[in-house]
Amino acid sequence: MTTLLIIAVLVLGFMVVLRLSRVAELTGALRGHREEVISEQDNRTSGRLMWAFGAIYLIWFIWLPLEYHEVFLPQAASTQGVWIDAMYTFNWWMLGIVFFGTNIALFYFAGRYYHRDNRRAFWYPHNNKLELLWTVVPSVVLVGVIIYGLSVWNKITAAPAPGTMEVEIYSKQFDWTFRYPGKDGKLGATDFRLINADNPLGIVTRNTITNRLAELHEEVDKATAERDALAEVLPEDIKKKKSEEIAHLNRLIERIMGLRTLMEQDVATNGDNSTYLHGADDKVTKEFHLPVNTDVELIIRSQDVIHSAYLPHMRAQMNAVPGMATRMHLVPTITTDSMRTITGNPDFEYILLCNKVCGVSHYNMQSPLTVETAGAFKVWTIMLTPFEKAGVPPVEASSGGEATLSDTVKTEIAGGAEAAAGTNNQSN
Amino acid sequence: MSAVAHPPVADSGHAHAEHHHHKESFISKYVFSQDHKMISKQFLITAIIMAWVAMIMSLIFRLQIAFPGESFAFTHFFLGDKWAPNGVLSSSMYLALVTIHGTLMVFFVLTGGLSGTFSNLLIPLQIGARDMASGFINMLSYWFFLASSIMMLSSLFVESGPASAGWTVYPPLSVLPEAIPGSGAGMTLWLFSMVLFVAGSLMGSLNYIVTVLNLRTKGMRMTRLPLTIWALLLTAIIGVLAFPVLVSAVLLLIMDRLLGTSFYLSEIHIAGEALDNMGGSPILYQHLFWFLGHPEVYIVILPAFGISSEVISTMSRKPIFGYRAMIGSLMAISFLSFLVWGHHMFVTGMNPFLGSVFVFTTLLIAIPSAVKVFNYLTTLWRGNIVFSPAMLFSVGMVSTFIAGGLTGIIVANSALDIQVHDTYFVVAHFHMVMGVSAIFAMMAGVYHWFPRMYGRMMNTKLGYLHFWVTLISAYGVFIPMHYVGLAGGPRRYYEYTEFPMFQGHFMDLNVMITLFAILGGAVQIVFTYNFFHSIWRGQKAPQNPWRSNTLEWTAPVEHLHGNWPGPLPTVYRWPYDYSKPGKSEDYVPQTVPLEEGEEDH
Repeated sequence: MTTLLIIAVLVLGFMVVLRLSRVAELTGALRGHREEVISEQDNRTSGRLMWAFGAIYLIWFIWLPLEYHEVFLPQAASTQGVWIDAMYTFNWWMLGIVFFGTNIALFYFAGRYYHRDNRRAFWYPHNNKLELLWTVVPSVVLVGVIIYGLSVWNKITAAPAPGTMEVEIYSKQFDWTFRYPGKDGKLGATDFRLINADNPLGIVTRNTITNRLAELHEEVDKATAERDALAEVLPEDIKKKKSEEIAHLNRLIERIMGLRTLMEQDVATNGDNSTYLHGADDKVTKEFHLPVNTDVELIIRSQDVIHSAYLPHMRAQMNAVPGMATRMHLVPTITTDSMRTITGNPDFEYILLCNKVCGVSHYNMQSPLTVETAGAFKVWTIMLTPFEKAGVPPVEASSGGEATLSDTVKTEIAGGAEAAAGTNNQSN
Repeated sequence: MSAVAHPPVADSGHAHAEHHHHKESFISKYVFSQDHKMISKQFLITAIIMAWVAMIMSLIFRLQIAFPGESFAFTHFFLGDKWAPNGVLSSSMYLALVTIHGTLMVFFVLTGGLSGTFSNLLIPLQIGARDMASGFINMLSYWFFLASSIMMLSSLFVESGPASAGWTVYPPLSVLPEAIPGSGAGMTLWLFSMVLFVAGSLMGSLNYIVTVLNLRTKGMRMTRLPLTIWALLLTAIIGVLAFPVLVSAVLLLIMDRLLGTSFYLSEIHIAGEALDNMGGSPILYQHLFWFLGHPEVYIVILPAFGISSEVISTMSRKPIFGYRAMIGSLMAISFLSFLVWGHHMFVTGMNPFLGSVFVFTTLLIAIPSAVKVFNYLTTLWRGNIVFSPAMLFSVGMVSTFIAGGLTGIIVANSALDIQVHDTYFVVAHFHMVMGVSAIFAMMAGVYHWFPRMYGRMMNTKLGYLHFWVTLISAYGVFIPMHYVGLAGGPRRYYEYTEFPMFQGHFMDLNVMITLFAILGGAVQIVFTYNFFHSIWRGQKAPQNPWRSNTLEWTAPVEHLHGNWPGPLPTVYRWPYDYSKPGKSEDYVPQTVPLEEGEEDH
């Protein structure tokens, strides 16, 4: 309501100004005032206003961040973030000097050299030395900026050391899902055609393929039955649509069968190293935890449209692009608990935001992130349920719910593939 | 009809004088005009209308950002029950407004409005030509522009809402109506509107290039062209090279939407269904889009440079400092503008090494930009500055260009960009550098050349009021916005209520921004009033109100086809002989022959 009032006052104010200006215009016309003739007094006033504005602007520019310093993010909570923050400090100082220098010159000159009838401007069309100077100096400074920037960029984007823990961040409208490797230490292959209620990430295992195929066959049968039972009464366009849907489902089935062939070939070639065998023990969760002071390679994927995984406290960001996996390398350095102490905010949480417009609920696609000690993290991951519990695989469905973790994993791997627990060699 | 009768060659002037007073029908004079001066006015007024629409949109969403969930009669008045139930902006309409605001401002105001208006007005008049090389194609370029404007505005009225995927319309969001309602009919209209826009823009640009290269009057060497013409020429060249790439991006998008192709789509599971599309890449679209999108930024800012150079030199009564360096930097910027598009894509998963190359090329642009700023400052130094409203806006343009340009050095540096990419910091940066400074230059151009357009003067005092309030509110909006971005505030968020970290001071800043935005929007009423009032009621303009050197002020105030009644003027000198030693006046028009022993520049 107050805003409405403000708007009303503003509009009224302008109406008054317009009327006043009309009056001034008419009286001015009587005195022979010409719009294009700007009096010395008007020029002086404009010049003084330039000074006043320049001064207020620059003071306000300094005051604003001091007054509102609370909005700034706390210290960077990752190694990469610390590098970036240091780089910001360097750039702010450099830019600050240029900003103040050029603005002071601009407003000072504008105010100082307002038009006086008895003066004449200084004829100064060019000066090669000056021009050379301010081409070379910015170039030299920029070389420094570029070298510094690229050295940090190269460190941040460097390939991870072998054996770095991989964690998947999976995005869809409008939430995040996370996947941690199981006992084998590797994330398994995925395929978007396998996505269903039980398999939100489309993880490839023999079971998920079998189940998904069964589900699709059922859908085909249902759609066919519906189409044929009502063949007499359904309008042509709906029948056509049904047929298209059936064709689409059949294509899916065909491709999933292709995937199964591919999987078996890969397993035949690579044995237990096959990426298709790593998925069963993966842990899918809606919670996001990371261990402190540990290298993490975040694998970022999307199910539908482009999202962006943004971790402002870590100074980290990478888009999630459907059809490809992007990567982000991170070493968190401060646990959530320590950050609560540092910020003096007992409710502090790290946060993962979506930072690429992705639909109507884009503004609330978030997930808290817990950074904890390596020990606490390990306990947390152990407590997570593997994607395919020991009981599920058809073969050797022996162990009950009480099995220890290693047993579970072993059993499940035995059930899923040929033999032995997973090794750590990377398959292709 | 008459434009056809006047081949723009010098000796046709006489024939021309004889029948310029033939009665023209209303239709051929005001509607299907082939006269460059009328077409320029058509561009300008269309752009002013589009700017109002886009600005009201921004006020509506700024109200929502600062006061989430609050009811506003203003919002309800424009959007009604469907898009603003109970006066609260809906989240899908929020995205639509953000999208259309960006599209209208970038393409329809700052491209069509800025280069369309001033290329049309200034190119023939400042080079001494009777009209554009082809008046007919010039007319078509406006009509394509108008058709695309109407098509874009009509998308506001489709049931599923206008395009909502952001002004960059990244697929797959822009392809899949399942993903967002705006990707239905609204997006189709957006895409076809852009195709029309580009077609019109190409016709215009080709015409501008041909005219500048071929129709310069006697003595008007390339090195005697005003900087406005250099800037507009290079703008047109960039447009011809870059805009067709947008059409190809858009056509592939249209095919993905309507014909079931997979240029940009792969492995998508949406609305409970796995799509058939395989093998495409959304990144391909981004490359194509930004191959236009970044040069587009320079299509916007180069005319702004041209206008402010011209105004600053004329009103400082001082030659522009480093004329050749100014041309050189314009050329360098134009060339580099094609090598930097990837800096929009540092965090898309593009190869990091490719990212480093774009860091390098992008930061190079800072050099010619710095040269320009220093040259402006030196031009002001020891000048004799007449503060017409146009001059005030030009000084404002330099100031906002500094503020926006410097943060460009932050976002061009990939490692720093990781932190602020897609936050309000970027929004503040590009609004400052290509929004505010380009609008300031456009205002400068309107105030400066209004007498040339309408034969009347605008009110100076209202111009002063307009300038100071606009300057204050522009900074009041966009300086705090940098801090919102540095706080990690993502752009295109409907509200921040669900985030404890975005409360308190963060929201105070947002309220401050919105209040300044309201102020800045309201003061445009003064401008609009001044503009339209002066068209009919303004003081009659004298021949050369700003005591300027360029050719447009030698043509009669009364408009006529062919611009000059007699033979075309002959040029003897560069356009910046202001306060030249040994001259009695502080300006020497380009048509004044060199004196014995006087040096040409």
